[in-house]
This record gives sequence, C-alpha cells and structure tokens, in this order.
Amino acid sequence: MTIQTRVIFAICYLILCPFIIGLLDGFDRKISARMQGRRGPSVLQPFFDLKKLFEKEFLTANKAQLFMIRSYLCFIVLSGILFFAGFDILLVVFSLSTAAMFLILASTSTHSPYSAQGTHRELVQIMSCEPMELLVAVGFYLAAETFNISDIVAGASSPYIMYLPGFFVGFVFILTIKFRKSPFDIATSHHAHQEVIKGVTSEMVGKEYAMVTLAEWYENGILLGIVGLFFLTSNILSVIGAVAAILVVWFLEILIDNTSARVKWQLMLKLAWGVTIIAAGMNLFLLEIIRG
Amino acid sequence: MEMLVTALICLPFLWAILPAVIHNSKCRAFFVYLGCGIVIVLSVFTAVQWYLAGGQTLNFDLPHREAFDGVILFGDLFLMCLITYLSFKYKKGVISLLAIVQTLLVAGLEFFGPELEELPALRFDWLTLVMILIIGVVGSLIGIYAVGYMHGYHIHHHKELTDRRSFFLAMIFVFFGAMFGLVFSQSLIWMYFFWEITSVTSFLLIGYTRSEEAINNSFKALWMNLLGGCGIAAAIAVGILAFNTVNLYDIINLAIEHGTSGHTLIFLLPIACLAFAALTKSAQFPFSGWLLGAMVAPTPSSALLHSATMVKAGVYLLIRISAAMADNYVGNMVALIGGFTFLAASCLAISVSDGKKVLAYSTISNLGLIVACTGCGYEETIWAAVFLVIFHAVSKSMLFQCVGAIENTTGSRDVEDMQGLMAIFPKLAIILMIGIAGMFLAPFGMLISKWAALKAFIDTSSVYVSSLMVLFICFGSATTMFYWTKWMSKILGASPREKSRDLTKKNEYISMFFHAIMMVALILGFPWLSEHILKPLSEDMFGVVKQVISYQNIIIMIVLLVGVFVIPCINYLMTKGSKAKQVITYMGGANVGDNFNFVSATGDPKEMHIANFYMEDIMGEKKLFTPAIMISTFIIIVYMIIVVGGAF
Repeated sequence: MTIQTRVIFAICYLILCPFIIGLLDGFDRKISARMQGRRGPSVLQPFFDLKKLFEKEFLTANKAQLFMIRSYLCFIVLSGILFFAGFDILLVVFSLSTAAMFLILASTSTHSPYSAQGTHRELVQIMSCEPMELLVAVGFYLAAETFNISDIVAGASSPYIMYLPGFFVGFVFILTIKFRKSPFDIATSHHAHQEVIKGVTSEMVGKEYAMVTLAEWYENGILLGIVGLFFLTSNILSVIGAVAAILVVWFLEILIDNTSARVKWQLMLKLAWGVTIIAAGMNLFLLEIIRG
Repeated sequence: MEMLVTALICLPFLWAILPAVIHNSKCRAFFVYLGCGIVIVLSVFTAVQWYLAGGQTLNFDLPHREAFDGVILFGDLFLMCLITYLSFKYKKGVISLLAIVQTLLVAGLEFFGPELEELPALRFDWLTLVMILIIGVVGSLIGIYAVGYMHGYHIHHHKELTDRRSFFLAMIFVFFGAMFGLVFSQSLIWMYFFWEITSVTSFLLIGYTRSEEAINNSFKALWMNLLGGCGIAAAIAVGILAFNTVNLYDIINLAIEHGTSGHTLIFLLPIACLAFAALTKSAQFPFSGWLLGAMVAPTPSSALLHSATMVKAGVYLLIRISAAMADNYVGNMVALIGGFTFLAASCLAISVSDGKKVLAYSTISNLGLIVACTGCGYEETIWAAVFLVIFHAVSKSMLFQCVGAIENTTGSRDVEDMQGLMAIFPKLAIILMIGIAGMFLAPFGMLISKWAALKAFIDTSSVYVSSLMVLFICFGSATTMFYWTKWMSKILGASPREKSRDLTKKNEYISMFFHAIMMVALILGFPWLSEHILKPLSEDMFGVVKQVISYQNIIIMIVLLVGVFVIPCINYLMTKGSKAKQVITYMGGANVGDNFNFVSATGDPKEMHIANFYMEDIMGEKKLFTPAIMISTFIIIVYMIIVVGGAF
C-alpha cells in the first residue's frame, strides 16, 4: 500500500465515517420504531440531535471533563486512521483501549453518583470485550501471518471467515456490548427511562455529549470495519460481500436489541468471557493445530 | 574493569558497616546519601566504561580469587548458622533444615567432590549491564528515599516501635552488594552465595518491626526462598556430578546443544532446578505468598524487594537460561506458570483495595508476564522481557514510594481514601498517575512488550502452550486494565477532604521526581535502547540480529506516545479558556448545595460515598487464591516429574 492510498483511506474515514454511521443510526431508530409499532423519527434525526447538542449552553460540574472528552475523541479518530490506513491491527486495539480510558477518567472526574455507577459498569464492559478484541487480532495473525491490515487484505485469496468462524461469532457477540445494545446496555443505553440516567454520560451536557456521540460513531466505524475484514479478499469485488455482511450484522444487532431485556453485569461478564473462550478459544486451538 | 567490578561488589558490603555503627541520625543520613551517591556513580561509570569499550563480553576473576572463594565458603556456613539460630529462636526450627541440607550439600561437594577445572568466576555482558544500571540507579534512589521515610516512620507514625533504622539502612547496602555479585557471577557457587544473602536480607527486612505478623511473614519468605536455594544447590550438585562443571554458561550451552534431542533430559535437569529457584524468587504462583506478606515491612523495603532487587534476581536468572528453555519441558513449565500467574494475580488485584496490596499483586502479575516471556525463549520474548524488567523496575519503585508518601501524609494507603488526590496533593497525584500509566498504558513499555510477547506466543511451537498462553495474555490484559483504570479514576476529580500539609520530605520528592524523569526518558529513548542495548543483547544470546519490531510499528508507537502526552495537553490548553457554567452534579434533586452531600430519607444532609467495584464474589482472594496455588503447584509438580524422571 502506498503512502497516497493510505492517506486517501484515512481522509475518507475521517470525513465519511460520521455520515455513514450517523445515517445507520438514523435507520436503526426507524427500524427499531417499526419493530415496536411506532412511526419513528426521520433518518436524519441523529444529525439534528448532534447539531442541537453542539449549540447548547455549556454546563459542567468539572471543567476538566471537557479536555478529557476531547482526548477521547482524538484517540478514537487516531485508532480509526491507523485501522483504515492499513497499519497494525493489534496496535489499533491497544489504541482503542487507551481511548476508552479517557472516557472513564472524564466521567469519574465529577464525583457524581450516577456517572460513577456508569463508569464502573463501563469498565466491566471494557473488561468483558477486551479479550475478544485482542483475540481477533491474534486470529488474523494466525490466518494471515501478519498483524498488518493492508497485508492481511492483500494476502487473502479467500475470505478469512473460512478460517476464523469462531472468532467471528465471538466478535459479533461482543459487538452487542460495544454498540451498547440491549441486553448489554449496562453502562449507558440508547433508550430513555433508565434507572441509572445515562450511566457513564450522566454528567456530560451539550457539546461534551455531542463529542462522545461523535466518538462513538467513529468507534463503530472501526468495529464494523473489523467485521468487514472477515470478508475482504484481495479481489476488489469482495467489498460488496463485506458491505453486505456488515449490514447483516448491523441488522442482527438491532434485532437482538429489540427482543431482549437487560441483564446484570455479572451475567454479561460471564457470557462474554464464556463465548470468547469457547468460540474464539476453540478456533484458536484448531488453527494452531493446522499450522502445526 | 576488574577493579571497578570489585569495588561495585565489595563497597556496598563494607559501606553497610557505616550506618550500622553510626547512631547519630544526621551523621548517618549523610553517610547513607554519600554511599548511595557513590553506588549510583560507580554503577553508571562502570556501565559507560564497558559500553564505550565496545561492549565485549568479559570473563574475569576478582583479584585474590582464592581469598574470595574462602570468604564465600565461610559466608555460606555463617548464613546457615544464622538461619538455624533465628529459626530456633522463633520456634520455627524446621525451616533451618532447608538451610542445613543445601549448605552442607554445596560445601560437601566443594570439599569432597571431584576436582573442578578452575574457570573465571565472573562475567560482564549486556544483560549484566542492564541489571547493574537498574540496581545501581533505582536501588540507590530507594536508599535515598528510605532515609527520609524512615525518619517520618519512627518520629511521626510508629512511635511504639523500637528504632532499628541503623540496621535497616545497613541491610539496604548489603542488598546492593549481593545483587551486584549475583548478576556478575558465572560460577554457580558464587551465585548461590549471593542468592542466599538476598534471601536472608529480605527475611530480615520483612521482619523489621518484629510484630507477630511481621515475624510470621518473614519466615514465610525465608522458607520459600530457601526452597528456591535448594534448587540452585541441586543444580550445583548435578553440574558437579554429571558434567564436572559449576559454570552457569557451560550448563546452559550443554542444555542448548543436547536439549532438543529429546531423550537426553539429564541436560535439562540443572536448567529445571535453576528455573524452579527463579520461580520462587520472582514470587510466581504457588510461591506468591511471601511477596504479599512482605507488605508488612516499611515502604522502602517493599520498594526495594519489588523493583530493583530480589524479584528481579529471579527474572534475571530466567532471562539468562531462557535460551536453554526454548521449546522444551522446562520452558513450557516456566511459560505456563508465568502466564497463569499473570492472569490469576491480575484478577486478584481487582478485589483488593489496599494500595500496597494492589501494587504487590500487580508486581506478581507483571513478573508473570516476564517469566512467561523467558519461558518461551525466543528473541522477541527476550526483547520484551528485558524491556518489561526495565520499565517495571522504574515504575514500580516510583509507585511504592508514592503510596508510602501518601500514607505518611494522609494516614491511609487505601485506594478508596485517595478520592480526589489531584485536588489536595497534586504533586503526589501526578507522580502516581505517571507510575500507573507506565505500568499499563499505550504506548509505554508494557504495551510494546505485550505486542512482542503476543506475537512470539502465537509462534511458539507447542500447540497447547501456545493457545493457552495467548488466552492468558488476552484475558490478563483485560483484568490488568480494569484494576489500574479503577485506581486512576479515583485520583482525579473533587475531594471531600480539606487541603492539608504535605508531610513528604524533600529527599523523598527528589527520588520520586528523578524516577518520573527516568520514566519519561525511557519512553522517549526506547528506539535507541532497543537498537543499542537490546539488539546486541539478543545477538549475544541467540547469535542472530533480528529486527523484533518493524520500523513502521516503531513510528506508530512514537505517534501513540506523542499522542498520550500531547493530545491531552493541547486539548487542555484549548479548552482552558472556554466559558462554562459551573453546575453541581445530578443527584436526583437531592443535592445539599455541593457534590458531596445529599438529603437522606430522614431529611438530614448525609455525606455521599462512592466506591469502586471490587467484585469480591467473582474475583475475591477467598475464592481464587487457593485454587490458583493448587493449579500452579500441579503444573510445577507434573513438569518436574517429567524432567527429573526422564533424566534417570
């Protein structure tokens, strides 16, 4: 991959990602509403919301929060650039978890009971997901002999899903947690009427909340990108397959979201780790045996 | 060079006499500072001299080798008598048996065993260079810190204890001498002697307060470390009887030559014994108890045991023999124990709230990662292991000193009591943040090493070990992240407490700031370090030059590094001037005008407490500790049976 293509990909990510994911979010609300027998808002509603948030008066319990949230956003974007410009996938995962730490610090710096509650639930969520995220990187290394994303794509004669079905299952499972969807919308939720207000984002108002939303969009872009990576090959036409797969996974997450009730964090931790060990662990073991 | 090394080993031992006999506090402090200063200068000077001389491996003897051999033999017997006396004095006579058996075995073989070829006793190479810098610089800084800390400890906080500071400071110097001797030795008999000194010294330091708990814990440390000493004694016995050598490098080379040919497990036997000894010293499961118990001692000794000395002796030995452990039973044993310890200790760290205990578990866990790396025995993992050793030494020493200072100032070392430390003691809080960041955050040392370790474990040839190790690392990373972030999140934010006087002494700050600077320098200098120290080191060990980490990844890591420092700083400066309306936090409308109190059900204001998650029902010590001990004991016993049984 030349420098130019890397830069082009990075810029595309930077500009297009919020629009695409924002739009997906809009459709998400529409589809969810239809599933619940409502009309639902316009698909452009997420953008209106974001605009409104940015225009609100800036209220805060601790001013230091703002710079940490901005750092959170910057780190997510940095990870995304590393990912879409085709660098090392393991470093992308590490960079994402560094970003998450800024969110944690931001929400906890207010000494608010609700955001503290959300913070710790968020930490449990991170702990539930992180092994699987690392294992995805390991899986690609086993299949492609490299952590480098551009080499992973270039070296694929057939989609990696053939070698990594267990990793894929595990990853889709934790995506529900990552997207903050029910039954794992523990740290914060996309539905109103929550007993813990908005968890980790309780104390974030106006532009702070807007930035967190934006950061989440950028992060979801990376996560869906990883889903796509399972289906990409060196053949350019495989992009169609990858996009189709992403949409299917995305729809599946909405379906799960609307058909399940929230669980406790203990169960989430056990389920996430259990699925990781069984699905990804077995796949890992088999791949190691095949490799010899 | 011989003179410098002689000075480096002997001077601390002799200097230890000074604080022991001087009882005037000011005068003693001066000599301790001077001694520490000399040790720093001497170790750095020796290292630089050797580096400038081209970095050639040197085999040499101290002047008057025979005299030193005599001293060592006498010393071994003296230590045995000391241990026997103390263990009978405190009614734990059984422990002396361990000491007697091993010392008599070594001494007997020396007297009555076959005549050995006289080989140089000492050796200086790249790994030695790294170790003397760690011991010299980090260790001495702890010495400087100790003077101020111990003053506060006796004068302000523990007036009831007998003041044995002279003894304490003397022991610190003995520790330096023993550690220097240990990393230079290539004769196992010499190494055994220094190894025993570190065991006994740590035993004496842990028992410093002479409370019942301290005495019990110190004996726990003693028996575990003596058990490890038995491992070295056994290695010496096998070396003398089977191969007619006590030279560490001969034994390693024999194992490398014959180790892979399967049916000759006898060559692996001494390596297995040494590995066993190193596992006890580096506090891996099932021998973690002694390091946890070491908490009862005053903070400087914890800092010393956890960072620059003691546990590093264990991993040092493992790194030494790692080339002989690549892809064989011993390596698998060490890797599994290390990986398991990494995961188990980090889970246990989640469930404790005592700051020092969190640090203790994190040491065990991090050493587990290092041990796992050495057990794998590839260039990448050794590269990672040495990096981890360096970063761990600096950041852990800093963290212990900082928690000690916090305890002296606020009266508590509980993580829960550190709420809003940033608001009341910003200097201490920043040091704590840097230390914690150094332990786990991207792009600090841990991350770089984890990257290399994970890559190497995937490539490990044994399928079972490889899969298990990958799982250990992935899950261990998640739990490590959890307990550190949890701690970090306590420090920021508002504090319900009033500002009070910072009781931290100036010399404590000097030491801590120096650590912080070293930390930053290490991060910035890591490409240089990798190129100029670690590359020749692995070339020495494996005879190959290999770029462990690609140029591209180094660039990314530097970008991340700049990111962690620069992004928050820029954002801080950019948002500093932004206008914000200060509001109080949301408490469902029950605020009493600030962020700390709420209106309770009775209508009275009540202080709000926010606690972290400790998950005691999932990760608690009661739940996990015993199973962890049993599993790891099982792994060790099975592999030892395979090796020992296969050898005969």
